[in-house]
Amino acid sequence: MITGMGTEARQGGAGTDRQGDAGGGGTRAGSTGRSARGRPANRPNGSRPDGEGFATALGWFSIGLGLSEVVAPRRVARLIGIEDDPRERAILRALGVREIMSGIAILSQPRARWVWSRVAGDAMDLALLGTALASDRTERPRTSVATAAVLGVTALDVLCSQRLTRAEHRIQVQRSVTINRTPEEVYQFWRNLENLPRFTSHLEAVRVIDDRRSHWQARAPVGTTIEWDAEIVEDRPNELIAWRAVEGADVPNSGSVRFAPAPGRRGTEVHVAIDYNPPGGQVGAAVAKLFREEPTQQLGDDLRALKQVLETGEVLVSDATVRRGLHPARPDPAPGTT
Amino acid sequence: MKATCWMGKEKIEVREVPDPRILNSRDAIVRVTSTAICGSDLHLYNGFVPTMEPEDILGHEFMGEVVEVGGGVQNLRVGDRVVVPFPIACGACAACQAEAYSLCENSNPNAWLAEKLWGHAVCGVYGYSHMMGGFAGGQAQYARVPFADVGPLKVDADLPDEKVLFLSDILPTGYMGAEMCNLQGGDVVAVWGAGPVGQFAMASAFLLGAERVIAIDRFPYRLAMAAEKTGAETINYEEVDSVLDTLNEMTGGRGPDACIDAVGLEAHAPGLQYAYDRTKQAMGLESDRPIALREAIMACRNGGTVSVIGVYGGFIDKFPMGSLMNRSLTVRTGQCHVQRYMRPLLNRIRQGEIDPSFVITHRLSLADAPRAYRMFRDKEDNCEKVVLSPH
Ligand SMILES: NC(=O)c1ccc[n+]([C@@H]2O[C@H](COP(=O)([O-])OP(=O)(O)OC[C@H]3O[C@@H](n4cnc5c(N)ncnc54)[C@H](O)[C@@H]3O)[C@@H](O)[C@H]2O)c1
Ligand SMILES: [Zn+2]
Ligand SMILES: [Zn+2]
Repeated sequence: MITGMGTEARQGGAGTDRQGDAGGGGTRAGSTGRSARGRPANRPNGSRPDGEGFATALGWFSIGLGLSEVVAPRRVARLIGIEDDPRERAILRALGVREIMSGIAILSQPRARWVWSRVAGDAMDLALLGTALASDRTERPRTSVATAAVLGVTALDVLCSQRLTRAEHRIQVQRSVTINRTPEEVYQFWRNLENLPRFTSHLEAVRVIDDRRSHWQARAPVGTTIEWDAEIVEDRPNELIAWRAVEGADVPNSGSVRFAPAPGRRGTEVHVAIDYNPPGGQVGAAVAKLFREEPTQQLGDDLRALKQVLETGEVLVSDATVRRGLHPARPDPAPGTT
Repeated sequence: MKATCWMGKEKIEVREVPDPRILNSRDAIVRVTSTAICGSDLHLYNGFVPTMEPEDILGHEFMGEVVEVGGGVQNLRVGDRVVVPFPIACGACAACQAEAYSLCENSNPNAWLAEKLWGHAVCGVYGYSHMMGGFAGGQAQYARVPFADVGPLKVDADLPDEKVLFLSDILPTGYMGAEMCNLQGGDVVAVWGAGPVGQFAMASAFLLGAERVIAIDRFPYRLAMAAEKTGAETINYEEVDSVLDTLNEMTGGRGPDACIDAVGLEAHAPGLQYAYDRTKQAMGLESDRPIALREAIMACRNGGTVSVIGVYGGFIDKFPMGSLMNRSLTVRTGQCHVQRYMRPLLNRIRQGEIDPSFVITHRLSLADAPRAYRMFRDKEDNCEKVVLSPH
C-alpha cells in the first residue's frame, strides 16, 4: 500500500509526459485506483460539486486525525516531533476530540456518493501515510513526498473543477489563453496550419493541400500515427477559424479558434474548442488512450506553448521536461555519451 | 560536474552528474563561482515542497562566468561575469513587461502542476521542484540559464563575489519586503525572522526611511547581528510572555506601522500553537505553519501594512481574517521580482550604502553542502548564511 502510493504519487507529482504513457495508470493492490495523473480512473459525467468535495475531505481528515490523536497521542507526538509528556498528550487528546467533532459535523450532510468514495480513499491514504511516517522501517522521504502529493491532489481535486463533458466516447474540450500580440498576428500564425505542430504536443505534421484542405498527422502511443484530411469550414480573418475532419476520417473531429482583443490592450484572447469522437476498435482505443488523461490540460499546455512561441520565439524546456517521462531535474548526458 | 542533489527529505548528496547544455536558443551556460543556501532551500530539505524528485539539483542563488551562449543571446559574451536572478523570466509577457518577473507567464514548463495547487501558475525557479518548472539548480559547478538575455546582471571585476552574490535573491527580497510596506517617514517596522532575508528587510527598511525597526527571533546571535549590523531593536520571543504586548509597549499601544513576515511556512513557537500547527501539518491537514504570519497580522497597527516575504506553499488554518478585515490592514506579498531591483541595488552597493556580505558566517566548498544544509537548518555554530565555492 505504502509503496504503491509512493510510486503513484511520484507519477502524479511530476508527470511531465503529455501523452500519459508513463507507467500506464496506477491501479495497484490496495490503492485508490487513480490514474497516472492522480485522477480517478472513472470520472462520473458532469461537473463536480467543488465546495461539497472540499468539505467532505476535511471531514474525513478531521476524523482520521482526531482518532489518531485520541487513540495514539504518544505516536502522534513522536510523529510530529514534539515532547511526549503528559501535558502534550492531553493537548493532543483535546485536539483529537475537537477534530472528530468537526469531522462528523462536516460529514453529516447528504452528498453524492462518489465524492465519498473518492475522498475517503485519499483520506485513508493520508492516514496510512501519516502512520508510515512514524514507522522506522519506512522510507521517509518517499512517504513524505507522497503525503505532500496526496495532499495536493486531494485539495485540488476538490478545489479545482475540470469541467469535462463526455458523452460515451465523445470528447469536448475548451481552453483559452491571453497572448501579448495583436489578433492579426495570432490569426496569421494559426491560419498557416503548418505552424500547428510547433505548439501542439500530439501533432506531428500538418500539410496544407489548398486554401481549404490540409492533411494532419498525429502521434499515437506505441509509435503509431493517425492521419486524416481536414477542411476549413469557416474563416473570418483576425476573428475565427473553424475546421473539421473530412467525411470518413478514422477519428471524426472538429474544432474552432476565436481571436478577440483583450480589454485594456492586454493582447489577444484565444478561445479554442475541440470535439473528438473516437470510434470503437483499435484506432478508437489508441485515440482514447491519447486523450485519456486530461484533454483539457493537454489543450491548456498546447495553448501555453502557442503563447510562448508567439511571445518568446520558442517553447521553453527544463531539465525535467526536455524529454518525456518522469526524470529528475538535472542535465541529461550529451547525445552519444553515457 | 559536481552538483548538490536532493535525494529525499533531509538527504543531500553532492554527486557527479552530466554537464548542462544549451537547450533553448536564449540559454547561457554559467561556470558557477559562488552559490548560497537559502531559507527557501530548507523548505525543500525538510520536505515541505511537493513535486521534488530524488536527484533534483538544488540551488537558486548563484553567480559565475558565462562559458557558452545560445544563438538567441545578443547581450552576453563568453567570459562575462554575471549574477543570476532566481526567477526565470522571459521579458516579453505581460507580467514581465509590468516588471512582475516572478509572475512570468512563459518560464514554467510545468505550469499545469502549479495551476493545480494555486489556481494559476508562476515563473520557473532554478532547483525548486518540478512544480516550479523542473529546472536544475545552481549549487553546482555549472548551470544552464534560460532567457539569459533578460535575467543575468553583468558585474565588474572590482566587486568581489561576496558583495554581489546576494543580488540573486535575498537582498532584493528583503528590499522588496520593505518597499511593500509603503513607508511614509517616521514609521516603525517590525520584522519577524532575523535570518538573512529578515536582516536585509531590516537594513532596507532603514534605507527607505523607517524611524525604528524591531527584529523578532529566538536566536540571540541572529538578534545580535540585527542590532549591530542594521541598527534594529530586538525581541527574543522566547524571553517575553507575549510578542504582541511587547510590541504594544514599544509603540505606545499603537502597534508597528508595518509588519514583515520573513519567516515563512516553517515558523516555530513555544507552546500550544506550535503543537497545533505541527500536528495539522504532519497529518496533511494544513501544509504551512503560519505562526509568525498570524502574529504579524494581530500586531500591526490599525490601517497598517503586513508584508509577507516568507514563503508559503499551500493551505493554512486559523487565519485571523477578522483582524485583517476589521482593522483595514493591507497585505502585500510575492516571490521577489528580482530583476526589477538588481540594478538599483548594485548601485547602492557600489556607493557603499549597503554591503550585503555582513550576513555570511560560513564559507565552504560545494562538497560540504550536506553538512552545510544541516548546520544552517539547525542554526548550529551561529550559522546565518553559507556560501559555497564549487571549484
Ligand atoms: N519572497 C521571496 O522571494 C523569498 C526569497 C528568499 C527567501 N524567502 C523566504 O524567506 C524566509 C526566510 O528565509 P531565510 O533565508 O532568512 O531563512 P532562515 O531559516 O535563516 O530564517 C528564518 C528565521 O525565522 C525565525 N523564526 C522562526 N519562527 C519564528 C517566529 N514564530 N517568530 C519570529 N521568528 C521566527 C527563525 O528562528 C530563523 O532565524 C523563508 O521562508 C524563505 O523561503 C522568500
Ligand atoms: Zn532564496
Ligand atoms: Zn515573462
